[in-house]
Amino acid sequence: MTGPVLSIEGLTLALPPLSDRPHAVENITLKIAPGETLCVVGESGSGKSMIAHSVMGLLPQAVTPAAGQIMLNGRDVLRLDQAGLQDLRGREAGMIFQEPMTSLNPVMRVSDQIVETFAAHNLHSREERKRRALALLTEAGLPDPERLARAYPHELSGGQRQRVMIAMALALEPKLLIADEPTTALDVTTQAQILRLIENLRRRHGTAVLFITHDMGVVAEIADRIAVLEKGVLVEEGLASEVLGAPKHPYTQKLLAAVPSLTPPAPKNLAAAPVVFSVSDLNKTYRKRSLFGPTREVVAADGITFSLRRGETIGIVGESGSGKSTVGRCCMRLIEPEAGSIILGETEISGLGKAALRPHRKRIQMVFQDPFACLNPRQTIGRIITDGPVAYGVPRSEAMVRARELLELVGLSANAIDRYPHEFSGGQRQRVGIARALALEPDVLVADEAVSALDVSVQAQILRLIQDIQQRLGLAILFVTHDLRVAAQICDRIVVMSRGRIVEEGETAAVFANPRHDYTRQLLGAVPGGAAFETASPRA
Amino acid sequence: MNLIMFLLGRVAKGVVVLMAIAILNFLLIHAAPGDPAQVMAGQGGAADEELLQQLRVQYGLDKPFLTQLGIYAGSYLQFDLGFSYRQQQSVLSLIMDRLPATLLLTGSAFVISLLVGTLMGMLAARRQGHWSDGAITTVSLMFYATPLFWIALMSQIIFSLKLGWLPNVGYETIGANLSGFARMLDIGRHLILPAMTLGLFFTAVYVRMMRASMLQVAGSDFVKTARAKGLSEGVILRHHIARNAILPVVTLAGLQAGQLVGGAVLTETVFAWPGIGRLMFDALTQRDYPILLGVFFISSALVIGFNILTELVYRIVDPRIGAQG
Repeated sequence: MTGPVLSIEGLTLALPPLSDRPHAVENITLKIAPGETLCVVGESGSGKSMIAHSVMGLLPQAVTPAAGQIMLNGRDVLRLDQAGLQDLRGREAGMIFQEPMTSLNPVMRVSDQIVETFAAHNLHSREERKRRALALLTEAGLPDPERLARAYPHELSGGQRQRVMIAMALALEPKLLIADEPTTALDVTTQAQILRLIENLRRRHGTAVLFITHDMGVVAEIADRIAVLEKGVLVEEGLASEVLGAPKHPYTQKLLAAVPSLTPPAPKNLAAAPVVFSVSDLNKTYRKRSLFGPTREVVAADGITFSLRRGETIGIVGESGSGKSTVGRCCMRLIEPEAGSIILGETEISGLGKAALRPHRKRIQMVFQDPFACLNPRQTIGRIITDGPVAYGVPRSEAMVRARELLELVGLSANAIDRYPHEFSGGQRQRVGIARALALEPDVLVADEAVSALDVSVQAQILRLIQDIQQRLGLAILFVTHDLRVAAQICDRIVVMSRGRIVEEGETAAVFANPRHDYTRQLLGAVPGGAAFETASPRA
Repeated sequence: MNLIMFLLGRVAKGVVVLMAIAILNFLLIHAAPGDPAQVMAGQGGAADEELLQQLRVQYGLDKPFLTQLGIYAGSYLQFDLGFSYRQQQSVLSLIMDRLPATLLLTGSAFVISLLVGTLMGMLAARRQGHWSDGAITTVSLMFYATPLFWIALMSQIIFSLKLGWLPNVGYETIGANLSGFARMLDIGRHLILPAMTLGLFFTAVYVRMMRASMLQVAGSDFVKTARAKGLSEGVILRHHIARNAILPVVTLAGLQAGQLVGGAVLTETVFAWPGIGRLMFDALTQRDYPILLGVFFISSALVIGFNILTELVYRIVDPRIGAQG
């Protein structure tokens, strides 16, 4: 056998002074053999992306290599000058990134962006470059490559853009593909396709893959070997079967245990509980009119009907564009539905005017997806939580007392009340978001992808918190998510949406055990890792 | 196809807006105090009531207000901008006489500021933190903050009176009877100071905008992608960063282009440049309504025209615009 494609020896990357730790990664030693897939896993802030970037010589300016060596196909990356690095990038290693929506130049045609790669390395004639670009797009499984080559990135879907990125990264047939969370921003079914594509290309061209991810499910799908990173330190490394099957390090065990199982827990008995919220025949179509051109329509909700009992959680699952978020927002009348009735308690809120709706608004509250964007950075936590009650006439001082109780209820310290959102981590902010929603003592909570932006271990904590609060307060929860593992653990019933319609609905256990609709089967089949984590789950 | 539809829509909207502007101008000017007949008679030296009345009848100023509006609107629809009582000439021919001088001045200011501003902005962004970045941003801030008329006066004093390098005022050397290339050169020498003065403010704006925009784009994901492909920094700068960073500058250039006709009153006055601005300024002091209305109309038409042109350019430089309608 030939030597490794990539060999990292004792790599230490120094962070700028005043960071929360001195090194991004410390004393990392890794090797990747030709054709091998190495997954580097870890939670956010573990330094896994830094390793990927250092191999390409693409570290941010503030991060500097302090010790160690990176040998890529016989070249010492850390000692190359600018010209050497430019020659290495693309030729020895190609890289793809997390955000397909922003990773392509918006004002350049797709084929030009691939052709540019050849041009940068002075390879081939003009015609040959174009021909190769087209061949690459075809190999990446893009439909109608001739037409697509002339398209601009905004005309492509996220999955298609990621395929273009892969085609581009592999243009010069590098020995190594570095993939930095390449499927995190994609839907499950698209994710499954992209993983398959990477796998196929790896087989065909013998490319080694350095795959950075936080998703244990994805790891279980593709890894030959796994390296687990905790706060910049390599805590475990080994064959995929060993690390997943018999993890030695407690951190690896914790990560694996946090992956939600696809087997739902035993259902609650809710038959006697009263219905607190229901919608029937909800319709919403987005229209885009233009003066001369045809009106474009997107049906986001079509005849949506469901009802929610006290203490029950209904999960709305589906891919992006399925209309699940629109339904969640329509329920709160943040978006106005075109038709259908929404009944909250005894009141039909769908017909109420703005002023008449206001007294009812507090009874249905929302927890948002992005814990960073949903809290006003210039207000204290106390202000954020109490603004709602104060708007309903509660004196500020009284609301503050209640806010302290709520902060403790969601597992934060009561003195967090005087601090600002930026002082908290993502998981803590999501707790604040939940406390904010609970401050109005709602009957119904709408959680729109409320745990999607969080690391698995934090995700598990927040899910437990939501279940705990539901039990104590008897909340009805509408849980909008694309993550079937999460849905399996928290939802009593599941509503599967596709293109604005409900295609399947039922008890979670029944839907997961025996999906009737093709689309549901497709979704379940695409869940990365499949049934790999059944025994690991603490809540099964 | 899409583009033609877009153009038709915009032109149709533009015509409606233009008509509304024309009527609004008329209303505003008649709401202002002052009687043109009195001004005319006053300058003629004899102002008895009989002459005033005669002047009013002659120019239709005695008719009811709505009738006057109707006559005005009717003649505008036939592209007849009216007749100036003061200058005894048709308004259209007066404007057309002056338009080239103004367009030469504002056009060169526009091109200079756009070119110099974008290039300097790119340079400053490229050298962020370097002393040349500091120099460019400081100088541009200075020009951004200094009033136009002051720059005009100072440049006259320094370059013309003290150093004697360039002519002080005017469009060309009077009585020189130059022709062909020599005349062009002469006009060019006269053009330098007013064009610089007029262009400095926008140059400063472009420098600042281009610099900020470049720095913002430089942090984009697709720039990282370009680097990961092994592209050289020069190619990344030209094809990826500058190409995207220019977009907000185009928007702003569209705004400046709208001022090509009406935006040079001050400069033209200080430098005695025989353009539209001067024509308008004189018409204002003389209550010469037809000229004022004509200038307003032509400059509004050009603003609307340049807005459409800007949108068109924007569609070319940013392919995303067309898709969003």
